[in-house]
Amino acid sequence: MSTGHLFVIGATHHRTPIEVRERLALDADGAVALRDQLASLPGLREFTVVSTCNRIEFYGVAANPAVADEVGGAFCRRQNFAPDEFARFRLDLRDAAALQHLVEVAAGLDSQMLGETEIFGQLKQAYAAAQAAGHTGPVLNRAFQKAFQAAKQVRTQTAITTGQVSVANVAVELAGTIFGGLSDARILLLGAGEIGEKTAKAFQSRGAASLTVASRRLERAMELATTLGASALPFEQRESRLAEFDIVVCATSAPDIILPRAAVRAAMARRPARPLFLIDQALPRDIDPTVAELENVFLYNLDDLARIAEENRAAREAETLKGRAIAGEKARALWQQVAAQVAGAGTSTTAEPIPPASATSLPENR
Amino acid sequence: MTLPFTDRVWLWLAAGLYLAGFIQGSIALFRRGRPAGGATYALILLGYLAQLAGLGLRGRAVGGCPLGNAFELYQFTAWSAITLYLVVGATFRLSLLGYFTACLASVVTLVSLLFPSWDAGPRVRIFGHNPWIELHAALAVFSYGVFALLALTSLMFLLRHFSLKSKRLGGWFSFLPSIRDLDHMSVRLLAAGAAILGFAVAVGAVHWARPETVVNMEKVLVTVTVAGAAFVLLLLRLRGVLLARRFAVACLVLYAAALLSLVTVEPGRGRGPARPAPTAR
Repeated sequence: MSTGHLFVIGATHHRTPIEVRERLALDADGAVALRDQLASLPGLREFTVVSTCNRIEFYGVAANPAVADEVGGAFCRRQNFAPDEFARFRLDLRDAAALQHLVEVAAGLDSQMLGETEIFGQLKQAYAAAQAAGHTGPVLNRAFQKAFQAAKQVRTQTAITTGQVSVANVAVELAGTIFGGLSDARILLLGAGEIGEKTAKAFQSRGAASLTVASRRLERAMELATTLGASALPFEQRESRLAEFDIVVCATSAPDIILPRAAVRAAMARRPARPLFLIDQALPRDIDPTVAELENVFLYNLDDLARIAEENRAAREAETLKGRAIAGEKARALWQQVAAQVAGAGTSTTAEPIPPASATSLPENR
Repeated sequence: MTLPFTDRVWLWLAAGLYLAGFIQGSIALFRRGRPAGGATYALILLGYLAQLAGLGLRGRAVGGCPLGNAFELYQFTAWSAITLYLVVGATFRLSLLGYFTACLASVVTLVSLLFPSWDAGPRVRIFGHNPWIELHAALAVFSYGVFALLALTSLMFLLRHFSLKSKRLGGWFSFLPSIRDLDHMSVRLLAAGAAILGFAVAVGAVHWARPETVVNMEKVLVTVTVAGAAFVLLLLRLRGVLLARRFAVACLVLYAAALLSLVTVEPGRGRGPARPAPTAR
């Protein structure tokens, strides 16, 4: 007599290079078709499909171990992907190990950028879609709901989400430690290159509303300003109008200093009570390093930002073990609760496939 | 309603709870790397209620605001600071402010309890005869509580400033509020403290102006100096003369001066006849 089991199969960033993940990524129509196909697969009692840019995973409750292979086979056929090649990258975990993986994914412990929280929302969307389509049952409902609770616990009891790990986000976080909210902070971006643009976007994503771009080529500044919904400023006015800004991001390729000490000192004399945050992302540096000595002026260069990002990354790594221990404990407890139901899936007399799903959308691919 | 225990027992209990809040906050910070938040707030709130009971019993025994000796002055100052923290902490959610408040309150209350002489000496009944002087004293000491909280936000400002300038942002530095929030809070507290103390001085002046009043000039001078210093500090800050780190240091100095001046404004000094401090139940 066969016994039911809980499984997760798929491919993740850990073992699957990006070129392969591109071929495995499901588009919206393909996802709907695949889910309909899986819903009619005999022996597959419950399932949920999670698809992001870093992972494609199938969580399921099956009547026998062969069903997981059939799920993999159906997926490979849809993607025109060789099953043998898929087997080389395949993640394949069963029962308590599958649950632990689910908790770790939800908590961001399995993410490429450790501790990121976006995956939590993506997992929730995937589960909601599967639930709405009637693809989940008592086991996966409990598993996902408990996994979400456990993930929150991992995040609150460890420091895996604290501190930003990208240079642009570190700059934004630093601005928060100086100004609190960024909604009323006035930001000047000097240089219209990729680095500056990335940092400006990071600021905007955190609520910065007032952004001005200045570049040695005015047309380029205007172009970027249009893209970002910002305003443009002639580069020559950068010193005379410096006092109007709270945050200055410098990312030009100028060979010399473009913000000398005298200019910063003059600006501060006009706005002494407001702090000025200077971010120098250029190499060679754009800002005279001695301005850091001025009262109420905070200067960070590329090395400073990179070091903080690295420290944050190391701090998150150090918390991983603690997070995995919590995830393991929660997964074992959860397995105790669902083991009997999972086993029952193998002996269940209701062998019919899951009824066809209504059209629902999968979470957006990252 | 009759409360169990004497006033000093309640005040010991309050000091213990403040200390527990501080220890609990320290454990959370240094072992778990994050502020205790709600737990510290709860311990401070319990301590506050115990202190309220203790000061209430004492007040009932002396027939007015318990500000009759150094012990009572320090207790009342700590209580005032906690009152403000409970409002400010809940409204502005300034991280770590509870931790620092628990530290300050436990130090001030424990020190005042550990020196029995501060409460055992002669005690002058200054209240009950004149409501103006009672209002003056209560407001003045309450303003010192405001300055205590100002000292804490200034200290936090200096720590945040140090962390930003030295580029050490990890650990518990990451839980400090933003430097601009701390600066705004300090300015508001200074303005509130100066206004309350200024009003207290004005109320006191009504009493001092009466011909039958014997004025303790030393006390008047100290109170007026502290109030004047607070106003000057506020003016310098608002005019952009004293800013950032220097402003924070000046606020700390102001609080230290205010705390030390409590010795001179102690009601028992240079007065008579005296009576011993009561033990209330």
